[in-house]
Amino acid sequence: MLEVRGLTVEYATDSAPVVAVKSVDLDVAAGEFVGVVGESGCGKSTLLFAIARLLSPPAAITAGSIVFKGHNLVTMTEKQLNALRWRDCSVVMQSAMNALNPITSIGAQFRDVADAHMDWSPAEVEERSTEVLQMVGIDPIHLKSYPHQLSGGMRQRAMIAMSLLFTPDLVIMDEPTSALDVVAQRSLMVQIKQLQRRLGFAVVFVTHDMSLVSHFSDQLLVMYAGLIVEAGPTRTVFDTPAHPYSRGLLEAFPSIRGARTPLTGIPGSPPDLARPPGGCRFHPRCPVAMPECAKIEPPLYTVGLAQARCLLHAPERASLSEVPS
Amino acid sequence: MRYVVRRLGFFALTLWAALTLNFFLPRFMPGNPLQALRARTQGRVSSEALQQMLTSYGFKPHQNVVSQYFAYLGNMFTGHWGVSIGATLGQPVRQIIGQALPWTLGLVGVATVLAFLLGSLIGVLAGWRRGGVLDSVLPPIFVVTSALPYFWVGLLLILVFSVWTHGWLPNDFNYDTSLQPGFSPGFVGSVLQHAVLPGATIVITAIGAWILTMRNNMLTTLAEDYVRMARAKGLSDRRIMFDYAARNAMLPNLAGFAMSLGFVITGAILVEYVFNYPGLGYELYNAVQNTDYPLMQALFMLFTVAVLLALLLCDFAIALLDPRSRARA
Amino acid sequence: MTALLVGTPAEPPVETAGRRHGAGLWGAIRRSRKAQVGLAMLFVFCMFAAAPQLFTSVRHPNDVAFPPRLPPSGAHWLGTTALGQDIWAQLVYGTRESLVIAVVAGAFATVLSVLVGVSAAYLGGIADDGLSMFTNVFLVIPTFPLIIILATYAGNGTLPVVLIVLIVTGWSYGANQLRAQTLSLRNRDFLEAARVRGERRSYVIFAEVLPTMTSLILATFLGAALYSVLTAAGLQFIGLGDPNSISWGTMLYWAQNQQALQTGTPLWSIAPGLCVALLGASFALINYAFDEISNPALRPVRGRRRARG
Repeated sequence: MLEVRGLTVEYATDSAPVVAVKSVDLDVAAGEFVGVVGESGCGKSTLLFAIARLLSPPAAITAGSIVFKGHNLVTMTEKQLNALRWRDCSVVMQSAMNALNPITSIGAQFRDVADAHMDWSPAEVEERSTEVLQMVGIDPIHLKSYPHQLSGGMRQRAMIAMSLLFTPDLVIMDEPTSALDVVAQRSLMVQIKQLQRRLGFAVVFVTHDMSLVSHFSDQLLVMYAGLIVEAGPTRTVFDTPAHPYSRGLLEAFPSIRGARTPLTGIPGSPPDLARPPGGCRFHPRCPVAMPECAKIEPPLYTVGLAQARCLLHAPERASLSEVPS
Repeated sequence: MRYVVRRLGFFALTLWAALTLNFFLPRFMPGNPLQALRARTQGRVSSEALQQMLTSYGFKPHQNVVSQYFAYLGNMFTGHWGVSIGATLGQPVRQIIGQALPWTLGLVGVATVLAFLLGSLIGVLAGWRRGGVLDSVLPPIFVVTSALPYFWVGLLLILVFSVWTHGWLPNDFNYDTSLQPGFSPGFVGSVLQHAVLPGATIVITAIGAWILTMRNNMLTTLAEDYVRMARAKGLSDRRIMFDYAARNAMLPNLAGFAMSLGFVITGAILVEYVFNYPGLGYELYNAVQNTDYPLMQALFMLFTVAVLLALLLCDFAIALLDPRSRARA
Repeated sequence: MTALLVGTPAEPPVETAGRRHGAGLWGAIRRSRKAQVGLAMLFVFCMFAAAPQLFTSVRHPNDVAFPPRLPPSGAHWLGTTALGQDIWAQLVYGTRESLVIAVVAGAFATVLSVLVGVSAAYLGGIADDGLSMFTNVFLVIPTFPLIIILATYAGNGTLPVVLIVLIVTGWSYGANQLRAQTLSLRNRDFLEAARVRGERRSYVIFAEVLPTMTSLILATFLGAALYSVLTAAGLQFIGLGDPNSISWGTMLYWAQNQQALQTGTPLWSIAPGLCVALLGASFALINYAFDEISNPALRPVRGRRRARG
């Protein structure tokens, strides 16, 4: 349903442009839950907004295609995009306090998107608004409330309800749980999954919390410094991470049941995207870096059911060594 | 409701402070103006009128300061503002003010509101069309125009449109003095004609600041998440610009408008002076020239009340527009 | 005259710790065209004020030394006044007083703003309420009438009187802004760290809080300077200044007095007014450039069409 190929996003600066997202490929099938994971600043939010065509200057898509239900979003005009927006694809943002208009009521914000796309009568709008609020467990009386009058969790759920107003095929979510405490996080995720099963929409979910999303996602993508470094079915990536970065991420989380193991983080910090390291972008921090990693930029290699951007998995090597554990 | 009470409280407190300042100033400044007052009017104003005026200012030498003060406050509130001792000797201050007030309201009031509304609208458009012609050329121009002195712009306009065109647009007074005041088209036309240059002066100098602040607020607002959300929802440009961006960007502007009223009054005084426009500012100037203390003090109080009223109105407008401020109160 | 509002936006943008900012800020200022123009104009005026003898041969511009009402010529660049004084010379020598007013009144008003604003925010509680109320009262009272009345009661408007009056009425706007900024900084970690270290409150205020607000303080100063120049000119224009002083405002007063516009010597009125405008504009431009630098959302988008993603 969604096919992204070679998507590149650049930020114009006073000097050379900064490539925030480089050559990303992404596939989302109908009803699929795709998780995109990475550190802050790796470009995952930029990727998301690029897909939703919500970037503003100085950011711009400079290459690639985004084919959504047969149409290439990159080449569409604003008018054509507006026809698609919310009906087929909606967005849930990180902080509902910032994403909802602070001076109009919740109901008014539901109404304006309904008026923009459908010919519903006021009664029909209210009926549908009530319906979606009930779906997320909010009392419909809050249609009259203002965003600041709701709790953080309620606001996020209201935002999700709004995104489901037209039962779109795809809902894009940018870290919707990051602003919540762990308990609220989990209950929100469970709710999202339930709604997804019930209504059948696909989800692209961006987060920095790998363990959270891995319980719910079908597909998992790991991003680093603007590139996808690993992609594949969640179980595969989680159980047998092929890229040293994913491995590092997973090893940073303690297992609640297993034996006590010393935690290892990933030393160093993410690169400055204005001056990315040569060769593999992860090599300065990689515990198993090889000399050629500094010179060659690895493409995505197939590793079983997944793909990884690491020279360790180059076909020529497969016969030479095993992936060190 | 508590919000209303708090604002009214602030209003009352500030008014009281201004009146108190007005009361104590003459007593603390060098040169004892009250003696001068008596000396100036010796023989020309009847001693009863003089006494009444002095007492309306709380000046009862045999009474202590405290009761003088309260008498003064009482007089201020009941409109016993005394008698002018300036060029129009003996004329009740209330009458002078009553005559001048409508002209100032009409000219300065209308021009200022016009500058604010027009400036805000242009600011919204300039901010919306980021990077367009409006946005890159205009801001520097308006930065400069907003720093121009009111009176200088007035002088320039007089030079260009009145002196060089030999009187095409009048630069003096508020209407042709040979005409009879009334609602006849001739009179109204004359009034409008005389209001063009002074009104234009105010609009030209004041509009720049509004355009710039509104534009800056718009740009900050447009960077907010809820604007991006509105785009994600596929709302029309006009909807986003007005309902989401402008309505939010307007709020600090309204607050700023209230703060700026002190400057508006400054401008009003200078413009009326330059154009000999018989409004309250002109009267203040005359009062100063003629050391007409009663008139000066009454005008000062009036100006304070005007600013406070406008502040109150803006506050209520903000409360109406922004549900968060209602909650904060 | 409403240029003061152009300064900082209603919610002052909060900066990171001042120490890192130094080099970047100055570099950005130098690159901004608005700042360049503003600084250039300011420089020219400073030259006039510092060494007026370099720019005109007349040594006593107020002396009636020339034939009156001469048009501009090689000998008198802007002509002469109705009383027989060289307009250009008066202009050049008058720069000093305006600049002095701008800097002195601006600086003192800024100091007051900082003291009241930062203390109010930092001390909080009743002290804050009291100081805020005090600030708001001064903010709302219409300043020009107040100034007029103060100047009248004080006799004639000699320079010290004008300065005091300007300072007393000009500090309240900045105080509010500084208070708002300080409030937003109050609970930041680096301040908490200083408190935990046991530093005295005055140390925290001076060594930790103030450096992070340098750009706002500078903006306040520029705004106060602008306000002072314009208001002083207005006062002198109306006749409340010292009619014997050498300043732009006094020139304007005499020009108006002698009906300069109507009697063929318009430059006598227009030129000093233009100087006031230019000096004011230079402050406003520098201030605006600061705004753009400190708030990234406001930076000019160089020649790009508004792309939508």
